[in-house]
Amino acid sequence: MAIEKFSKIQSTAVPLQIENVDTDQIIPARFLKATTREGFGDNLFRDWRYDKNGNPKPDFVLNDHLYKGKILVAGKNFGSGSSREHAAWAVHDYGFKVVVSSFFADIFKNNALNNGLLPVQISESFLQEMFQAIESDPKALFEVDLENQEIIISSSGSKENFEINPYKKECLLNGYDDIDYLLSMKDKIQAFEVSRV
Amino acid sequence: MAGKTLFDKIWDAHVVSQIDGGPSVLYIDKHLIHEVTSPQAFTGLEKRGLKVFRPQNTVATPDHNVPTVDQHLPIKDQLSAFQVNKLTENCEKYGVTLYGLNHPSQGIVHVIGPQLGITQPGMTMVCGDSHTSTHGAFGSVAFGIGTSEVEMVLATQCILQPKPKKMRISVEGELGRGVTAKDVVLYIISKVTASGGTGYFIEFAGSAIRSLSMEGRMTVCNMSIEMGARGGLIAPDETTFEYIKGREFAPNGADFDAAIEKWKQLYSDGDSEFDLEITYDAADIEPMITYGTNPGMGTKVSGAIPTNGEIQESNKKSFLKSLDYMHFNPGDKLIGKDIDFVFVGSCTNGRIEDLREVANFVKGKRKADNITAWIVPGSKAVEKQAHEEGITKILEEAGFKLRQPGCSACLAMNDDKIPEGKLAVSTSNRNFEGRQGPGARTMLASPLTAAAVAVAGKIVDPRDFI
Repeated sequence: MAIEKFSKIQSTAVPLQIENVDTDQIIPARFLKATTREGFGDNLFRDWRYDKNGNPKPDFVLNDHLYKGKILVAGKNFGSGSSREHAAWAVHDYGFKVVVSSFFADIFKNNALNNGLLPVQISESFLQEMFQAIESDPKALFEVDLENQEIIISSSGSKENFEINPYKKECLLNGYDDIDYLLSMKDKIQAFEVSRV
Repeated sequence: MAGKTLFDKIWDAHVVSQIDGGPSVLYIDKHLIHEVTSPQAFTGLEKRGLKVFRPQNTVATPDHNVPTVDQHLPIKDQLSAFQVNKLTENCEKYGVTLYGLNHPSQGIVHVIGPQLGITQPGMTMVCGDSHTSTHGAFGSVAFGIGTSEVEMVLATQCILQPKPKKMRISVEGELGRGVTAKDVVLYIISKVTASGGTGYFIEFAGSAIRSLSMEGRMTVCNMSIEMGARGGLIAPDETTFEYIKGREFAPNGADFDAAIEKWKQLYSDGDSEFDLEITYDAADIEPMITYGTNPGMGTKVSGAIPTNGEIQESNKKSFLKSLDYMHFNPGDKLIGKDIDFVFVGSCTNGRIEDLREVANFVKGKRKADNITAWIVPGSKAVEKQAHEEGITKILEEAGFKLRQPGCSACLAMNDDKIPEGKLAVSTSNRNFEGRQGPGARTMLASPLTAAAVAVAGKIVDPRDFI
């Protein structure tokens, strides 16, 4: 089963200027009762996004019509806490293709990559530059180019390179998934088991 | 050539293959699953037309989503019932051992693994839960994974994983009176910060760590993830072997002796190298409590919340946002703050030793009127042992409500929620916004501190009462 291919996107971005966004904020535990992967976007950032009666909180960025786009730009240490892949599903299901931050928690990063959601880790100064670009123009465009590992602020041309594991890059560019790869290794895995006995 | 660390020894022995410039194909010895993060993985298998590759290496139990009252009755919450039933169906269909809701071995997945002797030194272990790091207390490489990775393990008994960097945190010296394993780990996290361990696997070492019981070591390793580290581990020793001996899935007789000989090789060689080494003095550690909304925001119970001036400019915004949520002010003293709820339980502190500690403290005392106190044993076996040791009776006489095993108010997936705005002292692992229920405010502490708070009705230093 392939994941969605990723190559290059240009989009406006949604700024989430909060640090240490943990997976309980991304998708609270009480919404983890589903047995499918779909529909988690409805409860993305649930308790920041809605009040207890389910009404949208006007001061939260996802409820502000000024900000839209396929790129989520968040403060440092995004995705800490629980290993719930539901957090990556929720961000992706909502419609984001890229999450940008100056620091990611490990498990979230793995989970995102396994679902065709690209985590782009950039310097704190470039992150601030992006926030400023969005603040001065909510329609500011950004380009994320996986092949060249570059993120560009379209209006100024300012750009930064980002790191990605070469294996994971290949997977995303081609839509390969890890399970297909591991299944192709079955003989080696069985030989390994025999060698340990 | 430099020697190998404990982590290297275990990791390297499980690498089936190495992708150039990429992750390792890592063989997994034991895989634990629960109802919340496994259903989509089984669906994935079904879509691909696959079987579970090594069903004997996976063990299942429902824990996250189960009610902690009336467990003998059908689960009322439809969605929870569906998820728990799905786990049963999947285990039957794919031949996976399940310790279901009324089985005597059911419990929180990280409590039952060690208790049944499934967790053993030198193993690789994974589970779709970040607190899988708990099992590292036995000298195993254990870490949490996402659901796609659960599917990988079900399908191939392997996952693709980049090798983390290595950190060693040593705590040397003797722990003071009233200072427990939970205080040690909350202290470490307050120093390393909630993200300082990201990218690392941590070996905990030093005389203070070695002096801990297995339960205490599990508490320390459990919270490795709260520093961002994928896992933590401790070299096995006589304390470890003694704990494992005689447990259901532990090797027996001559096999056990042979296993010990192998396990004794599991330590970091004298000349092995770490990417980062930190040493703390046990004498500097006091009973700890958190005041903010990540586990790194902790300080000694007898202390105060940092003042504005003590916080770095770049961290100020999130510091103030956090205090705003907690209804606290910079510089506030912690002693004397009124508390509404006390929760003792979770994979961090829901083992028999934790319940004993609380019982010892509250024996002959009563909880304060303003406190609702919940005790949730980590497993059916812990519950049974608590009954047999008379702990249940002591706790009930002190006004604690004893519930049935499960993750409970640690993550509030079931009905065990701290009401909005209420302040809880909790022995669990996360004080995130809303973690224990929407609007709930959480302060993390040790079972001993929690017990003292329950009796006093407000934050107190437990050392003043022992």
